[in-house]
Amino acid sequence: MRANWLAHAVLCCGVLLFLLPVWLIFAGSTQLSHSIARGELSLLPHLSGLDVYRRVLLGPGVNGEASVPHMLMISACMALAIAFGKIAVSLLSAYAVAFFRFPFRMVAFWTIFLTLMLPVEVRIVPTYLVMSDLGLINSFGGLTVPLIASATATLLFRQVFLAVPDELMEAARMDGAGPWRFLVDILIPVSAANIAALFVILFVYGWNQYLWPLLVATDPRLDTVVVGIVRMIGVESLTPWDEVMAVATLALLPPVAVVLLMQRWFVKGLTEGEK
Amino acid sequence: MARLELDGLRKSFGATHVLHGVDLSVGDGEMLVIVGASGCGKSTLLRLVAGLDAPTSGRVKLDGNDITRLDPSERDMAMVFQNYALYPHMSVFDNMAYGLRIRGMSKGEIGRRVGEAASLLGLEASTLDRKPRQLSGGQRQRVAMGRAIVREPKLFLFDEPLSNLDAKLRVQMRAEIRKLQRRLGVTSLYVTHDQVEAMTLGDRLLVMHEGRPAQLATPLEVFERPADRYVAGFIGAPSMNFLDGELTGDGAAVCLKAGCALALPFRLTAGEKSVTVGIRPEYVETGRGDLRMQVDLVEPLGSETVVHGRLIGTDEDLVARIPGAVPSGEVMKLALPPQHLHLFERKSGRRILPSQPSASSDG
Repeated sequence: MRANWLAHAVLCCGVLLFLLPVWLIFAGSTQLSHSIARGELSLLPHLSGLDVYRRVLLGPGVNGEASVPHMLMISACMALAIAFGKIAVSLLSAYAVAFFRFPFRMVAFWTIFLTLMLPVEVRIVPTYLVMSDLGLINSFGGLTVPLIASATATLLFRQVFLAVPDELMEAARMDGAGPWRFLVDILIPVSAANIAALFVILFVYGWNQYLWPLLVATDPRLDTVVVGIVRMIGVESLTPWDEVMAVATLALLPPVAVVLLMQRWFVKGLTEGEK
Repeated sequence: MARLELDGLRKSFGATHVLHGVDLSVGDGEMLVIVGASGCGKSTLLRLVAGLDAPTSGRVKLDGNDITRLDPSERDMAMVFQNYALYPHMSVFDNMAYGLRIRGMSKGEIGRRVGEAASLLGLEASTLDRKPRQLSGGQRQRVAMGRAIVREPKLFLFDEPLSNLDAKLRVQMRAEIRKLQRRLGVTSLYVTHDQVEAMTLGDRLLVMHEGRPAQLATPLEVFERPADRYVAGFIGAPSMNFLDGELTGDGAAVCLKAGCALALPFRLTAGEKSVTVGIRPEYVETGRGDLRMQVDLVEPLGSETVVHGRLIGTDEDLVARIPGAVPSGEVMKLALPPQHLHLFERKSGRRILPSQPSASSDG
């Protein structure tokens, strides 16, 4: 019983620790910009200041170029494209590596493994060059395609697939299912919980992208909300801090919604080994 | 309905030879049980027949057609796996129907076949909507059988299908599989390491030993006239006793280390003089005879007693199965009835003398 209390106390501290910055942003968004700039940030939101959300959502947006709803939409599209793209690509490559015997299979596997050491930030200049040669600068494709290849997801799926008993594939072969049918009819449904869990992680990863979108998409119509927030911060005294914080609050909501909606699957996929 | 023929089937994984050439012919409607210790190549043999592995050399023929290079899906065989391999996300109905759907069968026909198989297997209609994880071990086993039956294949392949069940259920399912196979009349290969399963299920047994067929015969013949020492020791529980012996000069008797001459029912003049004498524990007679055994362990089984001991004057162990209660005394008299002796060449282990069938036992 006492251990329970202790555990709860620790968890409550953790929750407070994580919630406090979020709360500060929300509270700040309802206060006056110049008082925030002076460092007079109150922990209590001013209800009268809630009007800022209407202004931000309906207003002309950052420097009058891209509206906040538009930025949110770009962010959502990018995060979805990255998450689905990553899942599709890594699912197929993990399927190949885990279930088929072909020459240089392990070379292929280790090559994929090595790219773990080459995230976008490391290969940003050559990647930019390639995108530029392909004419994908300032396009939605340029925004998403370089982020889609994923060693992490491939490795994760490979582990999931290796845990699938061989007999399941053999039974499907005896039933007359070819490789494609086995993937679609058996393997993907059996791995659904893992796919859902990975989707949550990848969606948040895609949503939070900053450096690459900033670099590849200079066209304000392709600004993601994360980039947009940074663009709003200009000269210290002229920055509308209340609006910045309101947009930051709005930018938080979609990933939180995805996590909450998929929480059940998320936990199942990460903990359950039912095959 | 099909005849299966295997022709010099070999399989190696790299330098490891798993199968050293198996020739086999399974008749229409026959249930052939492949039995052997783990690692004898019995599962490999089944997988080659199924097409899940490709043989290094040799051919597989079904009804005279060479199917060695065909994909499993083109072979018209169905397999029941040891861990059932049911599709966990599909209902029982879908599990059974999956193979039929892939073949593009009509909905009505699928429903009819699955329904028939379910009633044949005693699966209630309510079970059909459940997922495999909601079923008991016995039910899963039935679904796995059902998945094979609905296909109406030319050949059933069973890969140790009962080894994940508890003992009681295993006995029950064993009988059901046998009845079902007889009723459907589908040619079947059944792999097991359990000799009781092998004896009770098979029309014929193929005893495998280190990648080679050691004996192919009816269960009774394997029991009564084992082809070599390995088969003799493998089939039967407790397993056969083996004692070193020497044939006398005239070939009419065997001398054991324990010192007594066993008269043989017939004269054996040709061949090796060094032999191994085998006798099953149930044929060892106690209370009379010239041999003496120091009793080490007595296992009462109710209707009979298993006695473990050592022949006095030797280092050879012997097991006897005696009907009735525990015999008293630390030293027992033993006799080895000549008509129940099996003789094997000591070096090669090959059988050199047929034992009389048990019908002539002096009971």
